[in-house]
Amino acid sequence: MSLFINITLDGVSSGMIFAALALALVLIFRATKIINFAQGAMAMMTTFLASSLLAQGLGYWWAFVAALAIGFVLGALVERVLIRPLKGKSELNPVVVTIGLLVVLEGIAGVIYGNASRGFPAAYSQSGLTVGRSKIAFSHFDVFIVVAVLVLMIAILVLFRATTLGLRMRASAFAGEIARLLGVRVGMLLTLGWALAGVAGSLAGLLVAPTSSFSPYYMDLVLVYAFTAAVIGGLESPVGALIGGLITGLCISYVGGYLGSGLQPLGALVLLMVALMARPEGIFARHSVRRV
Amino acid sequence: MMLEIEELSVSYGAVNALSSVTFSAQPGAITAIQGANGAGKTTLLRSISGLVKPRSGSVCFEGEELVGKTVENIARRGVAHVPEGRGIIEELTVEDNLRLATLWCIRRRERQGAIEATFELFPRLSGFRRRHASTLSGGERQMLVIGRALISRPKLLLLDEPSLGLAPLVTAQLMALLREHTDGTDVTVVLVEQNARSALSVSRNAVVLNLGEVVISDTAAAVAADSGLRHHYLGF
Amino acid sequence: MRQQGPPRHSLDNTSWLRRFRLPTQPLLRHLILALCGAGILYLVTSSLSPYNDYEIGEIALYVIALAGLSLLTGMNGQISLGNGAFMAVGAYTMALLMTHTQMNFIVELLAAIGAAAAMGLVIGIPATRLKGPYLAGMTLLFALALPPIADKWSTTFGGDQGLTTTVPNAPGNINPEEWLAWIQIIGALITLVLLANLIQSRFGRSFRAVRDDEIAASVAGIHVGRTKVLAFVISAGCAGLAGGFLGLSTGVVNTGEFPLTLSIQLLAAMVLGGTGSLMGMWWGAVLLVYLSQWSTSLSGYFNLGSGASAYLATIIFGVVLIVVMIAAPTGIQGGLRWTWRRILGLLFRQPAVIHPASGLPDDRVPIYQSDER
Repeated sequence: MSLFINITLDGVSSGMIFAALALALVLIFRATKIINFAQGAMAMMTTFLASSLLAQGLGYWWAFVAALAIGFVLGALVERVLIRPLKGKSELNPVVVTIGLLVVLEGIAGVIYGNASRGFPAAYSQSGLTVGRSKIAFSHFDVFIVVAVLVLMIAILVLFRATTLGLRMRASAFAGEIARLLGVRVGMLLTLGWALAGVAGSLAGLLVAPTSSFSPYYMDLVLVYAFTAAVIGGLESPVGALIGGLITGLCISYVGGYLGSGLQPLGALVLLMVALMARPEGIFARHSVRRV
Repeated sequence: MMLEIEELSVSYGAVNALSSVTFSAQPGAITAIQGANGAGKTTLLRSISGLVKPRSGSVCFEGEELVGKTVENIARRGVAHVPEGRGIIEELTVEDNLRLATLWCIRRRERQGAIEATFELFPRLSGFRRRHASTLSGGERQMLVIGRALISRPKLLLLDEPSLGLAPLVTAQLMALLREHTDGTDVTVVLVEQNARSALSVSRNAVVLNLGEVVISDTAAAVAADSGLRHHYLGF
Repeated sequence: MRQQGPPRHSLDNTSWLRRFRLPTQPLLRHLILALCGAGILYLVTSSLSPYNDYEIGEIALYVIALAGLSLLTGMNGQISLGNGAFMAVGAYTMALLMTHTQMNFIVELLAAIGAAAAMGLVIGIPATRLKGPYLAGMTLLFALALPPIADKWSTTFGGDQGLTTTVPNAPGNINPEEWLAWIQIIGALITLVLLANLIQSRFGRSFRAVRDDEIAASVAGIHVGRTKVLAFVISAGCAGLAGGFLGLSTGVVNTGEFPLTLSIQLLAAMVLGGTGSLMGMWWGAVLLVYLSQWSTSLSGYFNLGSGASAYLATIIFGVVLIVVMIAAPTGIQGGLRWTWRRILGLLFRQPAVIHPASGLPDDRVPIYQSDER
């Protein structure tokens, strides 16, 4: 029984991380209707840069904030330089370009940081908390994960629902041409969408790093898990990303706990296939995907 | 504020949508653009508002050249384009649709006031204010987009087939409303309307297009009186 | 459906040149081309060193994988980031049979094709319902999901060490490297002939019809789902054969040979060669085989660390993907075709028919044997 509880708790905390990266995918998909396959690699890059800053002696929280800021800038940069030129062309072009960016970033990180194994510190203690008389597989760091991702989600939701900037961003995403006719600077807002996605991705990168191998490839699996989460949630709403993330996290955790960690990606594949077969448009989507 | 179109030519690939179109629209009056389907009327409006880049020619408003400017910059010069198909943003609420139009031109404090004024103009809409715009009927959508266009106090109003899908009574009310808001003001209105009869009845000037070229540009009365013209190009 | 192809250029009207034209019947034409290719390659391999022969063999095996991928993406419009995993299936199948049975290596290769094709069926069926990015995501996950399975059941699959393979004995006193290269070259030529014929057949037309407009194709009586699955299965089978050959080349089959980057490198090589083209895949294969050498020298030139060359190669693949997609979506083969048309246009004073290079499948990218015939 306690195994079950621990596995569930583990699923919750990893699910929150998937939700954060899924949120990044959702923000980008809403803004520019593409899946940014490089989002995980971008997060890896900002986390590696943060680890450099830490190595230089910068305090943890400064490095943390710096990583988020770099993520913001990187997101905006990628949108302007790589994605803008592709507007209006075939829908496979952004797929190929973001995959290209993924490997370029992994390669750059590899060249700069080499194969030396390194770790990334966690913000808080990673040893399990004590509840009642027993230790559970939920640490201070896991609490931080949940809180941080919730704060991010709430901030994004508040931005979208309650501010005029959010109104403009939503209008730009839903009906770009019409928004332009109403004087909205759509281009800038799409870039902002990518920038915010960069922040969300960076957060995910920072949260995963302490428990991962921290090689240039460490975000590959997280990305595909986040993709699964985003698809389950519908690719259109932050809330969907959260729910999708939790579902995916729990599923992966159960597969890992009961069947072995090597089968986790396979479990995610099965989950993704089920989700895509059952409802390609996801749980929370408003619009149906065109079927043939 | 005068709108002057000179030798405007637009092509979509090999197809010439507009060829050397020249006319002007006066302030305080409605200029009707007429012609059969495919004559280029929608393309004309889209080139004025910047959605389409012309191959050559000029669009001059208030002495300023609009060709080459971005869509949002043109809109911020006081050009309001109500596109074909209305263009409400379905995912937003009615109120948000209106609010969106106020963001660039009305100070934060005065926005709600402007929105309320629009609801006074279209009382029907105020009952829907927090509902998603997708729930509106055709006539209500029309009211929403007109209200959204007017809320920013445009100097140039471009309307693409506003009466499409509306009952004749509603169309008549709409035309009367337009006339009311234009007479005695500085606003220039360019109205594309398939329903030639009702358009000509409220317009001062009319431009008839055929296959992208201007057939005639004259007062509405003159165009309406020319029965040969009417039969040939306007269908009545 | 497809528009009329480009008008025949004036080559047809010049009678003296007509004598040099290839026969119009596809199979015959492809066989003749293959034999010519075989002849050229024979001359090349017998005059080069064994190590170069080994590399040519590697090029040939990658051509097989790339041709399958080109068929899937260029002809049928489905993107796959998982063909590296299909190669793994083929490689492991062959290695397992080699370890546990005494079958003839050709039978083992056929089994590799079959196993990979079967896996292609498993992935291809759900894939029919997915559009571009979703399909890319699913195949990406597939590429990541498969290798850990081999790690998990390490007793069967040989774990980290992997399974070993043995090259079948060369007849007479031919070098083993030359012999292996020849097996791989013959495999590549056979694959190219088969695929080229397929493309010219009604299957090929169905593939393209489905790529261009699924609804129109279905209205025209084409079974869209079956067509897409068939393309997937063929592409997986090609990858499986290539995987089997790769296993023979490297002598060992383990999961380290088939990381995600392999699938992405296949994509980059295909895009560089020219998506939708078959002959263009030779360019892509050259890139795949020689890039590690080039990047090693490059990394030495920049005095980077020892592990850096592999990462440098990765950067180059990524840059290839980005640059080709933005600047020259029809790849090398498309560029060559464009140049050739201009030259013909100048020579025969007819306006050259230039195809706009606007991107992947939406563009009517003609394959190497274009619709002129």
